[in-house]
Amino acid sequence: MPEITLLEAIRQGIDEMMAADGRIFVFGEDVGRRGGVFRVTEGLIDKYGSLRVLDAPLAESVIVGACIGAAMNDMLPIAEIQFADFIYPAFNQIISEAARIHYRSNGDWSVPMVIRAPYGGGIHGALYHSQSIEAFFCHMPGIKVVAPSTPYDAKGLLKTSIEDPNPVLFLEHKKCYRLIKGEVPDEDYRIPIGKADIKRAGRDITVITYGLMLHFCLEAAEELATEGVEVEVLDLRTLRPLDSEAILSSVRKTSKVLIVHEDNLTGGLGGEIAAMIGQQAFEYLDGPITRICAPDVPAMPYSKPLEDAFMPSPALIADAMRRLAAY
Amino acid sequence: MPTEIKMPQLGESVTEGTLGRWLKQPGERVEKYEALLEVTTDKVDTEVPAPVSGIVREIAVPEGATVRVGTLLAVLDDDGAQSAEHRAQSDQAQKENGKGQGSNAQTLERSNAFVSPVVARLAAEHSLDLSKISGSGQDGRVTKQDVLKYVESHKNEPSRMPAGARSSDEGASIHAARSSIQSAESAPSARPVSPSARLVEQELPDDAEILPLSPMRRSIAEHMVRSRRIAPHVTTVFEVDVSQMVAHRERRKVDFERQGVKLTYTPYFVQAAVAGLQAVPVVNASYAESGIVVHQRIHVGVAVALEEGLVVPVIRDADEKNLLGLARAVNDLSGRARAHRLKPDETQGGTFTITNHGVGGSLFATPIINQPQAAIIGIGAIQKRAVVISQAGVDAIAIRPMCYLSLTIDHRLLDGAIADRFLTAIKEFLEGYAE
Repeated sequence: MPEITLLEAIRQGIDEMMAADGRIFVFGEDVGRRGGVFRVTEGLIDKYGSLRVLDAPLAESVIVGACIGAAMNDMLPIAEIQFADFIYPAFNQIISEAARIHYRSNGDWSVPMVIRAPYGGGIHGALYHSQSIEAFFCHMPGIKVVAPSTPYDAKGLLKTSIEDPNPVLFLEHKKCYRLIKGEVPDEDYRIPIGKADIKRAGRDITVITYGLMLHFCLEAAEELATEGVEVEVLDLRTLRPLDSEAILSSVRKTSKVLIVHEDNLTGGLGGEIAAMIGQQAFEYLDGPITRICAPDVPAMPYSKPLEDAFMPSPALIADAMRRLAAY
Repeated sequence: MPTEIKMPQLGESVTEGTLGRWLKQPGERVEKYEALLEVTTDKVDTEVPAPVSGIVREIAVPEGATVRVGTLLAVLDDDGAQSAEHRAQSDQAQKENGKGQGSNAQTLERSNAFVSPVVARLAAEHSLDLSKISGSGQDGRVTKQDVLKYVESHKNEPSRMPAGARSSDEGASIHAARSSIQSAESAPSARPVSPSARLVEQELPDDAEILPLSPMRRSIAEHMVRSRRIAPHVTTVFEVDVSQMVAHRERRKVDFERQGVKLTYTPYFVQAAVAGLQAVPVVNASYAESGIVVHQRIHVGVAVALEEGLVVPVIRDADEKNLLGLARAVNDLSGRARAHRLKPDETQGGTFTITNHGVGGSLFATPIINQPQAAIIGIGAIQKRAVVISQAGVDAIAIRPMCYLSLTIDHRLLDGAIADRFLTAIKEFLEGYAE
């Protein structure tokens, strides 16, 4: 199997889906001629033309709003938000319209749309190009939130997201785009939404994470393994709906939980996961449910030392694992 | 008024008992002090008498089941029971019962006894006394892994939550007992399989023969491991010329036999131990967080090897007995130990222990301390050896019955110098043995 980057896997996914289904189109800032600021859509305009790979004005509300309308009229739009940080002008469209139309119309209408959004930091992107926005959308019933961390998962989940009859927010970690490589089969395959994946099995601690943090957690788990602690790393892959079955089954096995995300602590997804575990696996817990998250600071800063301090590091994660193992 | 019969505490360190036989069945009448059931523990078998006269209303634990001390075994209806009062009592009993089962609080005496949810659940499922499990977690907390390892090492024990204890009778407190039985039965499917359990099973060769662990075997294993864990063991060995003792026994054994007492060497060593303990009282002690507990009375345990294990009956106030009294006590206790007729408390309360490993030919040993004592002495085989002696300033080689004494001390409270002083006192006592 060829080894490709996360970015290439997403591009392949879009390409193969567009080739198979003429209803699919891409709409976003610089996605056409420029091929996207990260080059995810590079080459697609040449292949599918400017009616299916559309450059949008700098107006996220329009990007999402137009896609909602298209989706309600038998198209399968892929909206691209250039940086997840820019998604807020579209917040109203996503929350008030996309997420609710199926419910509001009693199932008569639906919005089969994917909103792709590069998120996350560690790339020296400063306040407007580094943020994690998932918590705002995970709060909202009616929209699915997907955040793959490997090329294989990204391609499989993107295809499933495009086929999903309801809106999916598809989060792509910027730092993973070219950093993370992996084998992706040539054959057509799907990864179901709502299924987490055990990326590393272990008996002592369950680490629940996603995005770039998955890779940091795997790194920390390797370190802990040399110290005799076997860490199980669960990659959520889908943030909403949460795969509570996988989470609870791992927690029941290890009885100790560490939740790691790059999004800041308060109101982050970790709190929801912790509460769910606390309620449904209380009798299996053998230690405090612990969270390692970004601090409650308004945004990831530009300065390198401050950015490093903001992002949970493998060393910080390893320390938390150690404390929990010893508890 | 209903009276609850609970598993009695048959001695200080006894934490569970196996129900041997019910001598009365539900509906039968039992008189106060009349034997109601038989209980076997890891050390002894005994009958449990009825505390009151009455009718056996309900039996909650079937024969053969092993349950924790304090577990409800049966309910007796006292003579003159009144229904209203009875109901109130049962409600009260249920409350108390539920409270105990829910928290396990009564079994936790350590200072750092935080019980996590999973540990509480596993303890309830397996009816474990958490105070028996050593904690490896933060501040000595018992972790889930500790519990699983404990369960794994005890898994061949007979079920403590037997299914036979079903009944349709009222008995509120028995309802409580039954519900815990049901939860224990339904639990295994939901319980995570311990990884170590699978591991051990995989490692067993196909032709392995598994000898089930008897309660005694289990108890020995637990005590030995615990002792080695909590007390740093140091063993020191002295060689003693026991010519005087051997000669004395030769002179007196016929005399003793006439009084119906077989004279062995053991009572001599008990006497010697007493002499040592009187000379160095700190050996007759226990280590505690509050300080070194020096015992005023001298109770000497004498290990008796049985086919299935080891028991240590205790000669109480050994310092108050002469050689004849000690010989009688040793013979009586060891005889009854072999016949399994010791009373529970006869294996409890020792302040010092003697192990006579020499009977099997062993010369010296490194005995493990019988907790919570401070030391244990091992008596090696008595052998005639050529030794150098000095008489009137002249060295000569003589043939003497010699014996190695191995003293293991708990280094937390005793040091080598004290151990040697103690052994010196014993050596002097034995080498200068006189009436």
